[in-house]
Amino acid sequence: MNSINRRDFGIAVVATMLLPVGTARAEDSAVPLAVHIDNFVFEPAQLTVKVGQTVTWTNRDDIPHTVVCAGKFRSKTMDTDGTFTFTFTAPGDYKYFCSLHPHMTGAVKVE
Amino acid sequence: MSDHDHHEDGVSRRRVLECMTWAGTGVLWTITGGVPHSLGIVDSALAAEPAGMTFLQISDSHVGFDKPANPNAIGTLEEAINKINAMPKKPSFMIHTGDITHLSKVKEFDDADRIISQAKLDVHYVPGEHDIIDEEVKLYKERYGRGTKGGGWYSFDAGGVHFVGLVNVANLKGGGLGSLGDDQLEWLEDDLKGKSKSTPVVLFAHIPLWTVYPQWGWGTEDGARALEYVKGFGSVTVLNGHIHQVMQKVEGNVTFHTARSTAFPQPAPGTAPSPGPMKVEDAKLRSLLGVASINFKQGDQRLAIIDTPLQG
Repeated sequence: MNSINRRDFGIAVVATMLLPVGTARAEDSAVPLAVHIDNFVFEPAQLTVKVGQTVTWTNRDDIPHTVVCAGKFRSKTMDTDGTFTFTFTAPGDYKYFCSLHPHMTGAVKVE
Repeated sequence: MSDHDHHEDGVSRRRVLECMTWAGTGVLWTITGGVPHSLGIVDSALAAEPAGMTFLQISDSHVGFDKPANPNAIGTLEEAINKINAMPKKPSFMIHTGDITHLSKVKEFDDADRIISQAKLDVHYVPGEHDIIDEEVKLYKERYGRGTKGGGWYSFDAGGVHFVGLVNVANLKGGGLGSLGDDQLEWLEDDLKGKSKSTPVVLFAHIPLWTVYPQWGWGTEDGARALEYVKGFGSVTVLNGHIHQVMQKVEGNVTFHTARSTAFPQPAPGTAPSPGPMKVEDAKLRSLLGVASINFKQGDQRLAIIDTPLQG
């Protein structure tokens, strides 16, 4: 529970700090900015966010995973309950995968 | 036979193996003319002193794993080594088909070395994906990569058999499977060039070189190219780990075999939501963990593989 609380807190803090005041609308905070890994699957596998928003990945499997987007970001190995956060500063389609289990793929669309 | 038929074939044979091991035995397989024959249960097979060279395969020791599927992966590795030490005939050497550690930590490598060295055998390793996840990706290479090429591949000869250790867990691409890569495949082609076709060849790597179940990533995308290079050799044996269960198929002169883990079992393809660790009753765990013993008798063109569970 601690890690989840910390994560939610972190998202709130980062979102507050990074979003320009003018675009920080209320509905933005309702966007799911968390991706969970359960049973070797990224959920949600497709996520749409706005520039400046931060996404947190949490590994809930008993096996380590990573989150790798070629040339953009690469997490450390996340053991059980491990997390990785990345703030998207440029629009685009970010396809990522787990470098240990490359059949695990996901994408973040940044608008 | 289509791939599908092979797959069905492998699963049903594995189920037979499992049933037998649950009954307190293992099965000795011998391969003659491309057709596997069961010669009998492990106990009677072991009683007959094996002639020729015997080597062992252990795999997926995952030292550092402490989750419910097996809170004591170090303990079950120790049990496996004790089992090896109790074998009536000392094997020539051992291969470890990867995932020595769970998280590539120094202490995990140290613990693995301390336990595996108690078998007092030469050990030939290949890395699993769990062995190359330290920050600088250097611990595996430092310990086991001396004298190897590229990401850790190499070959050696023993008892008239040519052994090739391959690495198919590095530089994986999104959406793909295990991968050998062009550099390694070129090296392999070169390594096999000039070898007499009557030389028995053993290829070993962590992820199966054949496609077991791509939905779970259980296969090697360019494995077929490696198998192309061993076409024409009279006897080829491919030994893998990664899937934490015994599976075997025979295609022409090639025998494919995967070993049990010494740490935790994984489900049969498609029988669970994911390939993650499978929690079984404590009493059943040791019947699903184990080691493999492989016997090669010169002139026989056949390698006999005995899978022995930690506990029958």
